[in-house]
Amino acid sequence: MSALVQERPTAQPAAVIVSEPRRRPSRRTILLLSAAAVWILGFLVLNGTATLALPASELTDLHRSLNQFNAWVGANRADNPLFLYVFTPLRSAVDAVANLFTTTFAATATGLRLPEIGWLGTVGLLTWIALAVGNLRVALLTAAVFVFFGIQGLFVEATYTFALVLTSVLLTLLLGIPLGILAGIYTRVAKVITPVLDFMQTLPTFVYLAPLALVFLIGPASAVIATVIYAAPPVIRLTAHGIRRIPDNTREASDSLGTTGLQRLLTLQLPMARRTIVMGINQGTMAALSMVTIAALIAAPGLGQTVIRALQSLDVGTAVNAGLSIVLLAIVLDRVTTAASRRAEPGAARSRRLGRRTRNIILGVALAVVLAMVQLSRTMLWAAAFPADLNVGPQIVQAVNAASHWLQSNLSLFTVSLREGVTGAILNPFQSLLTDTPFYILVMVFAIVAYALGGWKLAALTTACLAVIIFLGLWSDSMVTLAGTLVATAVVMVLGIVFGVAMGRSDRVDQLMRPLLDAGQTMPSFVYLVPFLGLFGATRFTAIIAGIIYAAPVAIKITADGISGISPTVVESAVASGSTPWQVITKVQLPMARQSLALAANQGLIYVLAMVVVGALVGAGGLGYDVVAGFVQSSIFGKGLAAGLAIVFLGIMMDRMTQAAAAAPARSIPSKTTA
Amino acid sequence: MNNPAISVRSLWKVFGPGGEKIPGNRELSALGSAELLERTKCVAAVRNLSFDVAKGEVFVVMGLSGSGKSTLIRCLTRLIEPTSGQVLVDGNDVLKAGVAELRELRRRKVSMVFQHFGLLPHRTVLDNVSYGLQIRGTGRNERHAKAREIIELVGLKGYEQHYPDQLSGGMQQRVGLGRALAGDPDTILFDEPFSALDPLIRRDMQAEVIRLHKDMGKTMVFVTHDLSEALKLGDRILIMRNGEPVQCGTGDDLVGSPADKYIEDFVSEVPRADVLTLKWITRPVADSTPGDAAVLNSRMIIRDAIPAVMHSSCPVLVEEGGRITGQIDRDSILSVLQPAEAAA
Repeated sequence: MSALVQERPTAQPAAVIVSEPRRRPSRRTILLLSAAAVWILGFLVLNGTATLALPASELTDLHRSLNQFNAWVGANRADNPLFLYVFTPLRSAVDAVANLFTTTFAATATGLRLPEIGWLGTVGLLTWIALAVGNLRVALLTAAVFVFFGIQGLFVEATYTFALVLTSVLLTLLLGIPLGILAGIYTRVAKVITPVLDFMQTLPTFVYLAPLALVFLIGPASAVIATVIYAAPPVIRLTAHGIRRIPDNTREASDSLGTTGLQRLLTLQLPMARRTIVMGINQGTMAALSMVTIAALIAAPGLGQTVIRALQSLDVGTAVNAGLSIVLLAIVLDRVTTAASRRAEPGAARSRRLGRRTRNIILGVALAVVLAMVQLSRTMLWAAAFPADLNVGPQIVQAVNAASHWLQSNLSLFTVSLREGVTGAILNPFQSLLTDTPFYILVMVFAIVAYALGGWKLAALTTACLAVIIFLGLWSDSMVTLAGTLVATAVVMVLGIVFGVAMGRSDRVDQLMRPLLDAGQTMPSFVYLVPFLGLFGATRFTAIIAGIIYAAPVAIKITADGISGISPTVVESAVASGSTPWQVITKVQLPMARQSLALAANQGLIYVLAMVVVGALVGAGGLGYDVVAGFVQSSIFGKGLAAGLAIVFLGIMMDRMTQAAAAAPARSIPSKTTA
Repeated sequence: MNNPAISVRSLWKVFGPGGEKIPGNRELSALGSAELLERTKCVAAVRNLSFDVAKGEVFVVMGLSGSGKSTLIRCLTRLIEPTSGQVLVDGNDVLKAGVAELRELRRRKVSMVFQHFGLLPHRTVLDNVSYGLQIRGTGRNERHAKAREIIELVGLKGYEQHYPDQLSGGMQQRVGLGRALAGDPDTILFDEPFSALDPLIRRDMQAEVIRLHKDMGKTMVFVTHDLSEALKLGDRILIMRNGEPVQCGTGDDLVGSPADKYIEDFVSEVPRADVLTLKWITRPVADSTPGDAAVLNSRMIIRDAIPAVMHSSCPVLVEEGGRITGQIDRDSILSVLQPAEAAA
């Protein structure tokens, strides 16, 4: 009771502000409204002028000079010292590691069909590893999934992908854990590294590829390097976080006994951060799988290539079959690394059913069996290549194609009308609002919005980003991408608020939804395109739907955490003063979770952007299309590279704007105007 | 006090930017803490402190939170780097010690027990207790043997393979105590070791420390905010306020003649009869007192003297070093038992 009485006064002033009868609109509101007015007026009066549209096949001088740069790199690769002593050796080293694993598990690069270890040996070995780092359950899962790859007729592709993931993860850990340890121990290192990591994580996976292909050529080496760059941030971050999180008093106690720096690291920091580090390995692995599949665009072998080829030829059946493999591989990698992180928890040793000794004996015996399987797979043909009569891949493909056909013809009333309705009623008008308004009007509008959200600094940054986009000659394509991204983000936020509030208010809903969301987040991005391609065909709409589904879990989770993080006494006091549930949500929970909502919008936007760009594979236009086309045709390579850069600047602009919206306290502005 | 175990001379610790200039600056160093913060953005946690701790003594540093006592004890082994001054351990200046020398000091001479235990959650009790030995490179068998000995000494036999989170708070602090003892240091520092424990456990642990002190005779520096704990354990007590020493002396010095109003307030709740000795209430021998009256030692605690005085029909004589120094009677004892009324 006393707690309720105490909460009252704090709730009171807020209510006074909300219900104040004639409050002048804040400066921010005025600015935003005037921006909207300028935009609408500009659109109506100056429609179609100065749109900076650039047809798909046309290039600007900048694109041509980038093409020339590409040609120059190709010509000077052999004798430029930078390539001779830095890039080429790095590429060969990475290639050597990647080759080691691909020849072991998948097949040799020279065209020799059989890998060092045949399928039986591979399945055995991987199962044993899962048993050793995890438990029996994940070991059985591993065995089942890898055998299923064979049944799908995708064993070689899957092992290629696996080998590349393994290479990337090993290199990521080699780079990420030491960096993470340094960042955890030295504040100065952390201060330098953190903004770089923030920046890297806002970039869509897509944009790494073109510059890397330029420097390191297409192929597994570039794919692995791109993947390492993409997967390292979570590993570095979580390692540093694990070390930083150690309580001061524990560290002090160890110091008081006279530990050296190295002793402190080995006896205190690494053991206590172990669980967090293994969580970092889990996240890094999932990121690696996501990137390795996308790196198929720069000729990385494996499942990604099967999916991309199928998407490009609109072969839904093959795409679904290979997509399923990717999902299964994601599940195995996630479960095994999660089981490993459980094992790393302090105290896990106590609750084990088996003693360490028994476990070691079992592992030893299993290893002997596995070695026999490996030997068998090197000598017997049936154990080396997956038996063809067990391969039901073609049947799966046919069945899926038939189902997709049936869906498209029988559900067409629903799917087509939904697609056309949304495209015609929302997507097209909004897109034309962006593409048909003169660019100088839009730059002005963005600058005003940025000023309203984050002051002069943000306005300057926004204008600079837009100027770069104009300079890159891709204004119109950028607006197409922006339109898709904003529409999808709006839907993501609606989903985020609806489901997030439901989860935040009810533990039952939370328990029901959370595993689904967790699973959704571990999937590589472009697997999402596959089912919607089957339903809606190859259109912009498909990419946007996939983007929404891809980004929704993040937004929902952040919103739910924000809602459930509100102190229960505040909610209790609102209920005690007679609020209806709707009033509690709109007057207490949503306003108090404002920061989380803005963060959800920020993250949702970044995820959507990544997906809308990848959506070029199924017919979304805009910058993504330029990037993909740049990989395929060397004559427009320069345009693709420029489009990649444009995505980066678009991403930075939207990231900073949503962050500013999250950071700016809404209260400070009205208090200034009223005072 | 020849050859003190620890000797502190004009020690300063100033937190904040440019704090190293303040101890040498006559004007700034004289400022009060609020003014100092206002003018320099610095906080002086320890101000010009000097004291000696004798070998085998239990020296208690007492003060309210924010008085700088925890900072002070950390300055002794440079877990917090002091700003200026001198800390001599066995005559060697800790502040001038190099990294290796300081490490050696922490490993062999001075160990510490912490308020929040600071145990390693991923190690068993046995490995926690033997941690310090491992750090200095003792072999596995030897350090486990030594650790088992210590675990028995601190009353945790049978819990060697438990992990810290399986133990109660009191047991965890026994592990912390064991870890500090395992290295066989000359001096043990205690930083409010029992504040996080409930009162009954705290009493047990205090008794444990007294027992260990009797058995092993280690020098102990004990930080606490609890006056009764200070009086119970301390041979001498240093009371700090705002980083400065207010009074240093034995328990009955503090209670019997508080240096200022602050200390007086502090000790006003103490049952004086339990702390003061007869010397504080001795009056000159009256002529009427018979020469063959009972005689008590002046260092006797007053409460222990109550039966003898109450059962005697005449005043009781008090002696010190074989010499009669005065007498006490029922009135003088009653005045101690009811200090409030006596004062009013």
